[in-house]
Amino acid sequence: MEKPANTDPSGWLDRHGDYLFRYAMLRLRDRSTAEDLVQETFLAALKDRGSFSGNSAESTWLVGILKHKIADHFRRHAREAPLENADLREDPDSGQFDGTGHWSTGPTDWGGNPADLYREKKFLDQLTKCLSGLSPNHANAFTLREIDGEDTGEICKVLNVSETNLWVILHRARMQLRRCLESHWFNKST
Amino acid sequence: MLSCRDVTQLLSESMDTSLPIGKRIGVRFHLLMCKFCARYERQLLLIRDTVRRLVASEDQPGEGPGETLSEEARERIRKSLRNP
Repeated sequence: MEKPANTDPSGWLDRHGDYLFRYAMLRLRDRSTAEDLVQETFLAALKDRGSFSGNSAESTWLVGILKHKIADHFRRHAREAPLENADLREDPDSGQFDGTGHWSTGPTDWGGNPADLYREKKFLDQLTKCLSGLSPNHANAFTLREIDGEDTGEICKVLNVSETNLWVILHRARMQLRRCLESHWFNKST
Repeated sequence: MLSCRDVTQLLSESMDTSLPIGKRIGVRFHLLMCKFCARYERQLLLIRDTVRRLVASEDQPGEGPGETLSEEARERIRKSLRNP
């Protein structure tokens, strides 16, 4: 007989609320959506308390539920606002290339050794701002790929796009994000 | 010959799938001669690496810096857990 797993809902919010919220915010960038999904996560966990085996940490179990909620949210968004031609065709950085496809304004030197960037809280804020500037489908694709490290096959299913289109979306997202970080972080004149 | 525009697309693609050998060689060859595209690749990889490290440190359970639930949301969730 396995021992009943020890999980006490009355302490969940205090123990894990902020952690789950931080996890959701990093992926959704929207306070009220993040709060709603954290609430849904706790309610789903309460209903399904029996599925907590105690083999993993309570926080791991809860974040697993949240992860599904976030994927559902992306799926719903992709259904309601499907990929438009503009997402693929419109090249936000066309101005960077001349008529022959060569750089007209090349990437600038970011200088120094920015390996410790991730420690800077302000960089996270800037990254979040830049991601929010992308169209939602681009930002969600980037999130699934680079933040969650999902493989492209899985992302195609969530966003309901073909692999070829996903490559285009990710390319656009990276290009726009690079440019945004360049002008708002690396080349920011203080 | 691949243009810089082609190469930026292929560099991104190579971060998601492995390119056919011909394209791979074309890209590498271009990068040897084009400092902008070489820089572009370094910067994309820096962004990828930074995002990964950032996620690894943000996704630690427990208290951390950064965003916290608002009091209003906390109260709402507390109530809903009491009367689901």
